[in-house]
Amino acid sequence: MSGTERSGGGGTALVVGPLTRTDLVKYQGASGDFNPIHHDETFARESGLPAPLALGMLQAGFLATWATDAFGAENVRTFRVRFAARVFPGDTVTCDGTVTARRPGELDVEMTCTKQDGTVAVYGWATFATEEDQ
Amino acid sequence: MVDDSAAGRTGEPFTLDVERGKIREFARATHSANPAYLDTEDPVVPATFLTTAFFWQSGAADPWEAVAMDQHKGLHAEQEFVFHGPPPRAGARLTGVSRIESVTRKEGRSGPLAFAVMVTEFRDETGRLVATAKLTGVEAG
Repeated sequence: MSGTERSGGGGTALVVGPLTRTDLVKYQGASGDFNPIHHDETFARESGLPAPLALGMLQAGFLATWATDAFGAENVRTFRVRFAARVFPGDTVTCDGTVTARRPGELDVEMTCTKQDGTVAVYGWATFATEEDQ
Repeated sequence: MVDDSAAGRTGEPFTLDVERGKIREFARATHSANPAYLDTEDPVVPATFLTTAFFWQSGAADPWEAVAMDQHKGLHAEQEFVFHGPPPRAGARLTGVSRIESVTRKEGRSGPLAFAVMVTEFRDETGRLVATAKLTGVEAG
C-alpha cells in the first residue's frame, strides 16, 4: 500500500502515492466495483491500456477524504466529481481545494486531484453545512 | 454498444444496510484517518460511500445493466452524491431505487460518444429521502 501524507505548515493538501495495485484492489473490495480493468493485467492490455487503471472513484474518494477532513464528515451535503485523466499504479496524486462561496449555513468548495506531472485527474465540487448561522 | 431503449427504465427497490465495519473498510481504502469514521460507534458514511450499492443492487434492482455499456470501452464520466441533511449513519437501513434518467449521443473530438445517466434515490425507514446519487457513464462508438 502506498503512503499517505498530509502536508504540514500552511498547506492542507492530501498527497497519496505512489499508488500500488494493492491500493486499487483494496478499494475494489471496499466499493464492490470489480471491473477487471482495474486489476486484471491481461484484461487491461486487451482494452489498450499499459496496466490496470486506477478507479476514478478511488481518486474521488481521496478528494472526499481531503474535503471531510477540512470541513467535517457530518457536514457534507453535496459532492460531485468529473473524471478528466487516467491514473495508473506508480502515480502520486495530490488533492486540494479552495472555498469559492460562503452563504449563511453553508459553503462551496472546488477541488482538484492532480497527478505528479500537473495533469488534473479529477475535478470536484462540494457543499458543506457550517456551524455558524444555523 | 449502449442501448438507447434503456432510458426511462426503473429498477426494483433494493435494501442497503449501512454497517460500521463497511464504513471503516471504505474509509481506510480511501486513505481517511478521520475519527468521525473510525472512532465513533455510529459513524456517518463517507461522501462517496453509497457507491457500495454495488453489493446490494443486482438483477431487477439494477437498471444500469440494460444500458449494456462495454467494460473495455465504457468510462465513468461523472458522479454526484446529494445528502438531504446529515449523511446516514451506521445502523440505518436504506431503500434505494435506481432509474436510467437519460441516454444521449453526441459527437466527441475523436468520434461519437454515448452518455448514460442513472439516478438512485435512497430513503430511510420512515420514507424520508436521505440521499440521491447520479452516475454518468460514457462509451465511445
